[in-house]
Amino acid sequence: MHGLIGRAIQNFVHDTYGPETWLQIVGVAAVPMTEFEPLKIYSDDVADKVLDAVALCLERPREEILEDMGLYLVAHPNCATVRRLLRFGGDTFLHFLHSLNELPDRVRLAVSDLDLPELDLREHYAGNLTLTVFDGPHGFGHVLVGLLRAMADDFGALVMLEHMGRNQSAETLQVQLLEVDYAQGRAFQFAGDGTAP
Amino acid sequence: MTRFSQAALDALMPMHVVIGPTGHIVSAGPTISRLCAQGNFVGRRLAEVFELRKPQVHDARMDSLRALAGERLLLQLRQAPRTQFKGILVPAVGDASLLLNLSFGIGAMAAVQDHDLNNADFAPTDLTIEMLYLHEAKRVLDGEFRRVNARLESSRDKAHFQAMTDALTGLRNRRAMEAELALAIEARTHFSLFQVDLDLFKQINDTLGHAAGDRVLEVAAKRMLANTRDVDIVTRVGGDEFVILGIGLIERDRLAKFATELISDLERPIDFEGQDCHISASIGFTISTIYKSPDADQMMADADAALYAVKRAGRGHALVFDPKQHGADIVTAAE
Repeated sequence: MHGLIGRAIQNFVHDTYGPETWLQIVGVAAVPMTEFEPLKIYSDDVADKVLDAVALCLERPREEILEDMGLYLVAHPNCATVRRLLRFGGDTFLHFLHSLNELPDRVRLAVSDLDLPELDLREHYAGNLTLTVFDGPHGFGHVLVGLLRAMADDFGALVMLEHMGRNQSAETLQVQLLEVDYAQGRAFQFAGDGTAP
Repeated sequence: MTRFSQAALDALMPMHVVIGPTGHIVSAGPTISRLCAQGNFVGRRLAEVFELRKPQVHDARMDSLRALAGERLLLQLRQAPRTQFKGILVPAVGDASLLLNLSFGIGAMAAVQDHDLNNADFAPTDLTIEMLYLHEAKRVLDGEFRRVNARLESSRDKAHFQAMTDALTGLRNRRAMEAELALAIEARTHFSLFQVDLDLFKQINDTLGHAAGDRVLEVAAKRMLANTRDVDIVTRVGGDEFVILGIGLIERDRLAKFATELISDLERPIDFEGQDCHISASIGFTISTIYKSPDADQMMADADAALYAVKRAGRGHALVFDPKQHGADIVTAAE
């Protein structure tokens, strides 16, 4: 598992529930470190152990936590760079949705050893789409639900999102795009604000 | 002959310019038009708007331009912010017009910033957006690298500090003392070197235990620091052995006074769980100025020789190394 994934989990817990909760979780998970190094590769079971510990300590189902994490990755001020990089996918929410097919390649372009599961977006008829995650870590689809919900807000689009469950190694999300210009989205300039992340 | 509308050209090449037979710009794509502060490039001569940087052509008449068809061009906006472009020029069919297509090339980041461009300003086939994305991702990773580096540096500093420090007393250790001594010699600093052995320490360890011994060492270290200045270097080099470098301290009278006062201070009883511990100290020292060229090992050995002379003579006082007598010059007796 790439350290950036671990770091995302750590930052989510740290920024949402505070440093003490994070230390408690690391203790419960019995993993051999208190912080993830973002540029290091960890064994695959570390994320699972940590996520189990998060669910245990927060007394909430893992799916809910993963969805919150997806929201956090886009909407939290500390994740401004993630949101910006995602906004490069397209200038409307629909364009952005279609860019998800190339998200793993896009991520690999930036961080060559960060492998995301393959994604397949299909538009069945106007505004009715499914997103399938192949061979992803268990619950990756729930992270995407939160992430897409936050991105829809960002674009000002009104959507309904539902996790349809896991079938063998694939997770499927149903996306209903109800209105593309439901609300004023957040501004996005390619030029950025010039400040280093 | 197939022809395409202006709208088609705009969609395919939002950064194109059509140059009419007279050398004037007759139309320009939507993105390139956004870069013109004066409103429009149309109607102006190409050479008025752009400077041809490569290949350099001094007279930009149509004949010279036409000769550049198919070549890799480098152009620059004449007005600020003097944006650079890559370009290619092709002749039209039917009349003497030329079609010039431009792109930002490697300067895309600055151009996007300067002209506040967005997704819609680039053709879908243009990879500039991907370049901007990569640039931004790289900035994020640069930040991570810097943070990782800072963390490594601070752990290295910490490890270095620990490697140079005696954990019990907080004084610097033998390794640090050797480094400081080498540094003082290299910098040709004048200094004195004291070997300080605690007397009666072993008895305290044996009778009252290691906790009492540790307490005595801690207090002794504090008293040595209190009797020295900030510039001096106080180190614990072994169990009950200390070395002090008196930086700039070379007058015999002052050295003798310092050594006497230190021994008296160390002889004050040390409280351990309500019990008084009594120690003393033997000190042998030498001075860098008595050597033609001071040598660390030699100075350590000479201070040691003086120290052993003190111990043979009954401990509890200080003695300076005497090159003639090998340590007979008793400067102070503290008893």
